[in-house]
Amino acid sequence: MNKQEFLAQLRRGLRGLPREDVEERLMFYGEMIDDRVEDGLSEAEAVAEIGNVKDIVSQILADTPITRLVKEKIRPKSPIRPWVIVLLILGFPLWLPLLISVISIVLAAYIVVWAVIISFWAAFVSVAAGALGGVASAIYFVIRGRALTALSMLAVGLLCAGTAILMFFVCLAVTKGAIWLTKKAAVGLKHMLVGKEAS
Amino acid sequence: MDIQLKRGLLDVCVLAAIKDKDSYGYQIIKDMKPYLSLSESTLYTILKRLEAAGMLTVHSAEHDGRLRKYYHITDSGLRRIEEFKEDWKEILFIYRFVVKEEENE
Repeated sequence: MNKQEFLAQLRRGLRGLPREDVEERLMFYGEMIDDRVEDGLSEAEAVAEIGNVKDIVSQILADTPITRLVKEKIRPKSPIRPWVIVLLILGFPLWLPLLISVISIVLAAYIVVWAVIISFWAAFVSVAAGALGGVASAIYFVIRGRALTALSMLAVGLLCAGTAILMFFVCLAVTKGAIWLTKKAAVGLKHMLVGKEAS
Repeated sequence: MDIQLKRGLLDVCVLAAIKDKDSYGYQIIKDMKPYLSLSESTLYTILKRLEAAGMLTVHSAEHDGRLRKYYHITDSGLRRIEEFKEDWKEILFIYRFVVKEEENE
């Protein structure tokens, strides 16, 4: 791939970002390629060193706040005509509920993710409490002189403790996974706002 | 390495790369290469952040018939490097304590 192809692909990938951001990025990467060529590399080698357009677009999106993307998305491409304003006002009962539902869906998705995390930890806490309860009641039954019951309570307690230890690691993994997933989803959401397929 | 720690290090490394004389993107990457590798996208983000923080200024100059952006360190950028050096004196002091504890074990 030569410099022009690389920059054209990057431009397509960044479509939807504010124009001045795109131009600045393109100039930056263009300069990077030129400097490598000056250093003795061929244009293709220079482009290859810069990396894959898809990865670059993903990193740029991760660095760009979503508010900036949305603002650019809803910014009118040409001056607003009076009838558009009239339509916007008349259409208010229609687009407001739509906007609210979109926000609610995103919010609901976040709540679901956190609910999963919280329920896993709640399960962990209850099993851990079971372990403590088992041991405590074992002691109680020892004092009351009922050795067999005490032994079975101790067994239940140890079983709970073992499960709790295993569950702790499962909970950690689930929490990490969920946080990773929300980050991925945020970048995915941004991808929906910009660009045509970059590859 | 811890992400937060690495980010702070990268900022200061970029400042150090332009400390003695103004430099440009590819030169900064080349100067840092023996110490840590840095992608173009990461460098861009760092330069933007440092510019917004007033630690460097940008100016374009003609080079070989094209424009190239040069980065110039400000007083605030120089101060940041000094702060970094002070911080690391303390960190190295604590590091020696940590290492000594391990040796005694």
